Amino acid sequence: MWKNLPLFPERASALAWQVDGLYFLLLGVSAFFTLLIFALILVFALKYRRSVHPHAVQIEGSLPLELAWTLIPLGICMIFFAWGSLIYFQEARPPKGAMEVYVVGKQWMWKFEHETGQREINQLHVPIGRDVRLVMSSQDVIHDFFVPAFRVKADVLPGRFTELWFRPTKTGTYHLFCSQYCGTDHSRMIGQVIVMEPVAFQAWLSAEGATGTLPENGQQLFQQLGCATCHRFDTQGRGPNLTGVFGKAVLLDDGRTVVADENYVRESILNPGAKIVSGFKPIMPSFQGQVSEESLMALVAYIKSLAQPQPNEPGGNHAPAPEKSNVQ
Amino acid sequence: MATAVQTVERENYLNSDYGIKSWLLTTDHKRIALLYLVSITAMFWIGGFFAMLIRLELLTPAGDLVSSDTYNKLFTMHGIIMVFFFLIPSVPATLGNFLIPLMVGAKDLAFPRVNLLSWYIYMVGAITALTAMVMGGVDTGWTFYTPFSTTYSNTHVMGAAIGIFITGFSSILTGLNFIVTIHRMRAPGMTWRRLPLFCWANYAAALIMVLGTPVVAITLLLVALERAFNIGIFNPQLGGDPLLFQHLFWFYSHPAVYIMILPGMGVINEIVTCFSRKRVFGYEFVALASIAIAVLGFLVWAHHMFVAGISVYAALVFSLLSYLVAIPSAVKVFNWTATLYKGSIRYETPMLYAFGFIGLFTVGGLTGVFLASLGVDVHVHDTYFVVAHFHYVMVGGMVMAYMAGLHFWWPKITGRMYPEAWAKLSALLVFVGFNTTFLPLFIVGYMGLPRRYHAYPPEFQVLNVLSTAGASILAVGYVLPMIYFLWSLRYGEPAPPNPWNAVGLEWMTPSPPPTHNFDETPIVTWEAYDYEHQPQEEVTVGH
Repeated sequence: MWKNLPLFPERASALAWQVDGLYFLLLGVSAFFTLLIFALILVFALKYRRSVHPHAVQIEGSLPLELAWTLIPLGICMIFFAWGSLIYFQEARPPKGAMEVYVVGKQWMWKFEHETGQREINQLHVPIGRDVRLVMSSQDVIHDFFVPAFRVKADVLPGRFTELWFRPTKTGTYHLFCSQYCGTDHSRMIGQVIVMEPVAFQAWLSAEGATGTLPENGQQLFQQLGCATCHRFDTQGRGPNLTGVFGKAVLLDDGRTVVADENYVRESILNPGAKIVSGFKPIMPSFQGQVSEESLMALVAYIKSLAQPQPNEPGGNHAPAPEKSNVQ
Repeated sequence: MATAVQTVERENYLNSDYGIKSWLLTTDHKRIALLYLVSITAMFWIGGFFAMLIRLELLTPAGDLVSSDTYNKLFTMHGIIMVFFFLIPSVPATLGNFLIPLMVGAKDLAFPRVNLLSWYIYMVGAITALTAMVMGGVDTGWTFYTPFSTTYSNTHVMGAAIGIFITGFSSILTGLNFIVTIHRMRAPGMTWRRLPLFCWANYAAALIMVLGTPVVAITLLLVALERAFNIGIFNPQLGGDPLLFQHLFWFYSHPAVYIMILPGMGVINEIVTCFSRKRVFGYEFVALASIAIAVLGFLVWAHHMFVAGISVYAALVFSLLSYLVAIPSAVKVFNWTATLYKGSIRYETPMLYAFGFIGLFTVGGLTGVFLASLGVDVHVHDTYFVVAHFHYVMVGGMVMAYMAGLHFWWPKITGRMYPEAWAKLSALLVFVGFNTTFLPLFIVGYMGLPRRYHAYPPEFQVLNVLSTAGASILAVGYVLPMIYFLWSLRYGEPAPPNPWNAVGLEWMTPSPPPTHNFDETPIVTWEAYDYEHQPQEEVTVGH
């Protein structure tokens, strides 16, 4: 690549090749049709110019031709559609066991928090070869997390979590852009994603240090905010026991079932009346305005950790009971 | 009243009456078309001025010419003016207003007073929006995404939104007038299958204007309500949903791109047939393609939201539908190209612009296919790739078609010929300038530079400098016609009724036409583009 005039973005993720592959196919087909149209116009315009071809030959049209140039482009488009959708589906389905990083976008900076508690601003360190899943939300307006070298992009919304994942395949430092216009310093809401060798990444993690992992911080908040009073780890609580709930289907009192994902936990904290678990009363107060985006993420991380097999049980009143099954 | 009878000229719509009042109170569709022409030309130059400032700022990676806030206002106002106050009314309100009654053989549009009202509404909307800009501007982007526009922006969002809201009604009224006129006022014998494709295209656009515009009006009203009274509609902190705004906004604003492009496609049909002396290849398919675009265009809005957090399955459906809407456009391009086959082709300025349109629209359309493709769209969404794509369609396509049409019908509208050599030069400059401006932006976009960036990393500079250089060529290409069109009003050769020896009712009446368009109601007994029975012109060309 030319040093001062790069014409193509770097490829630093497992997905980049697939996106580029489809892009090259699109480019090839487009170039073919563009050249075809240009060539036909040029040839016809010269060959049938008035001076050599003074009398036009009237042609009504041709059904076979109309069908051909309707159906052939349609067929080609369906190939693009299928391939593009396959890539999109992969992008939408993060692999299990991905390393999670929590991202908060705000005017005009990116804040990251690793599960292990390390925090970063406008810089994200990740190890090479590892699936990384970002759980993102915005504190104010809509932002967008975009790393061209990974070919991934997702809007970061206020009021809900969105996700994005990638697997870096090349060490280096890559642009991170906010690509959804977000106000004055939109063009300065940029940063770097730094892909490191696993060893170097571990060294970086320990050098950074952290005051408690994210689930630990979440657990503390869980106590401080008084959540633990009702959400007890037995069957006696006024709210559901949260052990093992995350990722499972939850039966609601109106008969619907929802999967307890990050957005459900978020909604249940900020707008608890929206979806009441079957068998419980809508008595929980809203925490809207009392918990920051970062605290929300810590709480989510904690509740998530309650659904994972724990080497040592979370402190406090622990007696993980089987999921409370209630029949109305 | 003022009977300043000309000795040579017969009475026409321009000299039938004089004085400012005769223009401001006119109900003649031709005069209203000129009122619109003057207004949207002014808006074009204001929007173009903002574009030049944007390109100058992007000469250097650092944001050094204007402040970030100013830059944000510049691209916002460029977008608002060009989309709502230039592109949407461009061909319909000027050429459409002027030509549709002539083409169908009617005395005027169905509702002449409503037509005048639509211009006044346009002016009130335009002045409201311009006032908001003069008072300090607006910085939300022309897309007004929430909750930025409702809660976080400290600029004149209300003024701009109300301006667009008001202008929307002028669009609805114009659309209504076209639909009724084409349905009810066609001359005897002017059947649907004999209707010029310009009318078909404007009819399709009019359907979108009438059905789509109310949605954007309501959406902007909701933005204003949330902003003024803190009613939670879009802001999640107030219990709203920011994606709701995007659905509502694009439900209109995607079809709106077809309001812009369809009438342009209509212009191209008239010109390609005239300068190749042939009937259009596959008339029915071109006509139906316009309607197909108008209908399918309503079903693809969420392709603006593939990375916005919509469901995977919704994205899948909208991707599929977006491919489908590309097909009728492709059909049109192939039909225009096939129309040239075995024609008898002349390279007059309108035809040069039409060639430019077909080429640039092809590029714009094909890059749209990239964006319909989910996997690629995720990467290029909100980058300069998208900017390049829609400028290829809107400027390379639509403005080219508008210029083609202005040159083609200028003799009819003004009764004067423009200087051909200068006009050819302008067509060339616009084509070269346009490609130099926007082709590099595809590369910049795929490299990942997001749009609406005031400052950018240095590796993107070379291509941005190239783009700015192209923009200055483009500017010359647009200034030139402005000068020679004005020049021609006084010094241009008087135009004969049918300088291009074209078919179509508008060419069977004097240039400029009399106020009542036709001395006798024409009776149509021939197909559209019946060049077979049109005698070859006496003028010798090309030898």
